[in-house]
Amino acid sequence: MQDEPTPTELIKAVADFLRHEITPVIKGHNAFKLRVGINALDLVARQLALEPDSDAAEAARLSGLLGMQGSLGELNRALADRIANGEVDLRTPDLADHLWQTTMAKLAVDQPNYASYKRELGGK
Amino acid sequence: MEQKLGRCVASWCPGATGVVGVARLSGGASQETWSFDIVYPNGNIGAILRRAPVGYGAAPTRAAGLNAEATLMQLAHDAGLPSPRVLHVLQPQDELGTGFIMARVEGETIARKILRDDQFAEARPILARQLGKVVAGIHGLPASKLPELRQRTSTKEIADLEREYRSFDWPRPVFELALLWLRDHDPGPPHEVTLVHGDFRHGNLIIGPDGVRAVLDWELAHTGDPMEDLGWICVNSWRFGEIDKPVGGFGSREELFAGYEAAGHRVDPARVMFWEVMGTLRWGVMCCGMMQRFRSGPDHSMERAMIGRRSSETEIDLLRLLAPRGK
Repeated sequence: MQDEPTPTELIKAVADFLRHEITPVIKGHNAFKLRVGINALDLVARQLALEPDSDAAEAARLSGLLGMQGSLGELNRALADRIANGEVDLRTPDLADHLWQTTMAKLAVDQPNYASYKRELGGK
Repeated sequence: MEQKLGRCVASWCPGATGVVGVARLSGGASQETWSFDIVYPNGNIGAILRRAPVGYGAAPTRAAGLNAEATLMQLAHDAGLPSPRVLHVLQPQDELGTGFIMARVEGETIARKILRDDQFAEARPILARQLGKVVAGIHGLPASKLPELRQRTSTKEIADLEREYRSFDWPRPVFELALLWLRDHDPGPPHEVTLVHGDFRHGNLIIGPDGVRAVLDWELAHTGDPMEDLGWICVNSWRFGEIDKPVGGFGSREELFAGYEAAGHRVDPARVMFWEVMGTLRWGVMCCGMMQRFRSGPDHSMERAMIGRRSSETEIDLLRLLAPRGK
């Protein structure tokens, strides 16, 4: 067992330092790069928090949909293949629901401020 | 650079005594953009150099080539479309590589400013209709005067996109669904093959408080289905958060189409939708390509890595187009 603070706590501390102490004193193209860097750290913190549950749920849905077991990578490859060869499409029960849930879980990590995501989250 | 530009300018602009304010604007290693002022007795002339430096002559396969870009810009200018005047096409004796010099058009290309700043408040409501008219003008440029360009078809475009996606060996069920939809809805050859700008969207349009002032960057120009340009500008990625205004975040499809049809061209909304889906998937595949280049290539930058994480944005947009919820 590793010691603490946790990776999430460390990343948040670094991101907050960059955001509050460094951002005000950096200008020009490096200010843009700094913002991208802070965004990356925030993304990693979100992934560390959300990935275990969303991966487990995705794997469970995929196993049900495909009737097989495997790693998340193998299951996604199998689903992609079945869509590509026409075995599975939007008429397949639960496919659209699965893709929506999976995609929403990705956006929650990648880009929670993306307007399409916020609209869908609002339960249009 | 200043010396070479000064010598070059003197050779075709009688009375010019040199150049000042030379500044590199943007671009990668193979394509550069420079801004400068030509010193002229009646007042300085703002100019832009777009060039591939010596040794970077070969254009990527999709690109029209800088000479074709210059020809197209001048054709558009001559037809009365908002396009910078081409001042000079680079010659070997200029020692500046290949490319051209054009008049600098003042205005804004950054989408967030165009969509938020007060100075564009009066432009925003008229832009979609204006752009419809402009793009109709582009599609109406006479075929006989066009430079040699690639001809693209929807079928070839689907195949190329699929090949690129498969080359990543990175299975993505939503992209598979989109490819399936595109193959099922491939509209085939258009009624009329025209010039297509190929990258008609924010970033390539100079906007002033009065509306559109110039169309830039003809790098992806080709001949093909004119509806492609109308679909591409509606892709959600160019709405910058204003998702209820499909045309660049400032206007409606109806306004865009009305401007287009007022200029005497017909819109086929089903084809426009096809190209919007294609464009959304294309941007998604491009984001995945950024991730690949980040991982394998010389450009190991944070920016590139983070663009890789934007492919999921196109997945939610594809689902909103192809499998909307609550239906």
